[in-house]
Amino acid sequence: MALKDYPVDECLLQGNASCPGCPATIGLRLVLKALGKKTIMVVPACCTAVIESLYPHTSFDIPVMNIAFEAAAAGASGVEAALRQQGRTDITVAAWAGDGGTYDIGIQALSGALERRTNFIYICYNNQIYSNTGIQRSGATPYAAWTTTTVSGKNEFRKEMGEIILAHHIPYAAQTCISYPEDVISKITKAKNIPGPKYIEILAPCPPGWRFSMDKTVEMGRLAVDSGAWSLWECENDVMTFNGKSKLILEKKIPPKPVEEWIKYQGRFSHLFKPQRDEERLKAIQKYIDDLWERYRKCYLKP
Amino acid sequence: MTIMMDTGNRIAAKAAVMARPEVVAAYPITPQTTLVEAIAEYVANGEFKGEYICVESEHSAMCACIGASAAGSRTFTATSSHGLLLMHEMLHWAALARLPVVMCNINRVIGPGWNIWVDENDSISQRDTGWIQIYCSSNQEIYDTVIQAFKLAEHQKIVLPVMVNLNAFILSHTSMPAEIPDQQTVDDFLGKYTPHWKLDIDNPTTFGNIIGPEYYFKIRRAMQEAQMNAKHLIPQIAKDWKKASGYFHGDLFEYYKCDDAEHILLSMGAIGAESKIAIDELQEAGHKVGLARLRVFRPFPTEEVRKLGKQANLIVIDRNISIGSEGALFNEVKAALYGESEAKATGFIAGLGGKDVTYKDIETMCQKAIQGTAKEQVWYGMEE
Repeated sequence: MALKDYPVDECLLQGNASCPGCPATIGLRLVLKALGKKTIMVVPACCTAVIESLYPHTSFDIPVMNIAFEAAAAGASGVEAALRQQGRTDITVAAWAGDGGTYDIGIQALSGALERRTNFIYICYNNQIYSNTGIQRSGATPYAAWTTTTVSGKNEFRKEMGEIILAHHIPYAAQTCISYPEDVISKITKAKNIPGPKYIEILAPCPPGWRFSMDKTVEMGRLAVDSGAWSLWECENDVMTFNGKSKLILEKKIPPKPVEEWIKYQGRFSHLFKPQRDEERLKAIQKYIDDLWERYRKCYLKP
Repeated sequence: MTIMMDTGNRIAAKAAVMARPEVVAAYPITPQTTLVEAIAEYVANGEFKGEYICVESEHSAMCACIGASAAGSRTFTATSSHGLLLMHEMLHWAALARLPVVMCNINRVIGPGWNIWVDENDSISQRDTGWIQIYCSSNQEIYDTVIQAFKLAEHQKIVLPVMVNLNAFILSHTSMPAEIPDQQTVDDFLGKYTPHWKLDIDNPTTFGNIIGPEYYFKIRRAMQEAQMNAKHLIPQIAKDWKKASGYFHGDLFEYYKCDDAEHILLSMGAIGAESKIAIDELQEAGHKVGLARLRVFRPFPTEEVRKLGKQANLIVIDRNISIGSEGALFNEVKAALYGESEAKATGFIAGLGGKDVTYKDIETMCQKAIQGTAKEQVWYGMEE
């Protein structure tokens, strides 16, 4: 899809309360363009509750229901059931939650809603931290990253939410990144037209959380994909396809950039370079990504 | 009209289904299970045509009810004990969001240790969530109260969730006859549900976003006003239902033989029903004692308690304990009397953990209070 073909409608309005360089607003703008005005969005506690702006104002031109942190998928289940009873199957129900609300506190409700085959799209914008509460570690935070609760770097590796989702064998699951607008819009549009549960995760590089300059948001997302620290894929009815550069990395047609090329721009990893290089942890980060790709190749690379 | 000879849970399910909710979301917990199983049977036989979401936790049950209610549908759920406690956060949420969810709670002990018998600490510990709380004492009252709960919750001057409480096993698993009106009577009584607010693509609004203190203060005040409105509307709706069905179980209180009483017993739930037998025996023995069975704990019937305090000394039995204070009903009764009455109030903690409370026990408690030999608050059955 060319830029000129993007839907003109804007459901995320100007003057919202996000930080400069915010990836969530980039993602929201694209997602809402693809979903359109016949959408009801369920938002748990996350940065978007702030982006919505202060009552009685709102930055959304669609109906939005805020709900408790762990509750997005369960709340959306209720909305979807009610609309089905009312015969309003023309309305898309979307949950929009952060990685804390998805990987950690909300995983039970999410797994339940997927298992019940709820007809909705669950979108996780993953900035790899609890950003709204002030940059604390989440299950999505990568190994060695500084957060306010992992002061000398996180000791554990992130969990692979995508693999957890795939174990539910839902009709459509995908990973994308705010740096690839076409990829985001095409995946959301595809999900919108598939009945049943859909899960889409969007990597959202957060300038204050990752400690990089606010004009580098898009670049940080692209480097994450180029280095293989993040991947673009979609899985439709258990058929897995990697997209864009991720496909080339999977097929070994291009080598991924060393992960250092991604992390060296992020202040959250600066302790790995100063006062001296922490070779052990740098190697461990690279190994985690190499192993992940080897696992992907074993599972998904057709001989 | 038919007579249904069945357990409290199954009669509650019958009432819930006849109220025609569009969405029921529930999670099983003893002793509520036979209620959700009965709804599943109504789904299977086609009597219930709404959506039945078998969620993965009570927390999600309440969240799904919140979502469905926000989308403009009538909703129902049921739980008990730990399930109710797990919902706690969302009980506040449903009330603050002004969503008229109706829920049955089967009063059950909280662990540890595990105990599935009756005790009211589960619902009493939810008293500050903004939910209207009604306590039943018979299967007929359960049926009639569940129907009325929808009318009450959805009333434009209330728009708050309603919790209908029934005691574990004594009501939930005991068969008693209940008269079930025909569907038309229920349909006419409840009317078509018109939501006070809903998620609407033609009127895109953001609900529950960040709010400053001034507006938040107003929201809390409005909830309090709605509960005060309920004090007047509960008796009105009870009268309307009596006209429609013939059944009436009292308004905020059910009064039993209170004329000329010098002592009035206040109790709730199944103890309230048992108390009637005790009152009969005590009156036969010449005691001037009556019963005021509290049906509605929230909104608390302050004015009615004051009236009782002007007439008689009060005896309060609590099947709960606010640890570090006293029985919740006793506490609130005394607060209502403060500065308004010279009445003496005596409180008994009884039946915790499902310990049986027979009419003989109730007689003994009343006699102690009447004789003035009881301390202000007595742990009945384990006095020193």
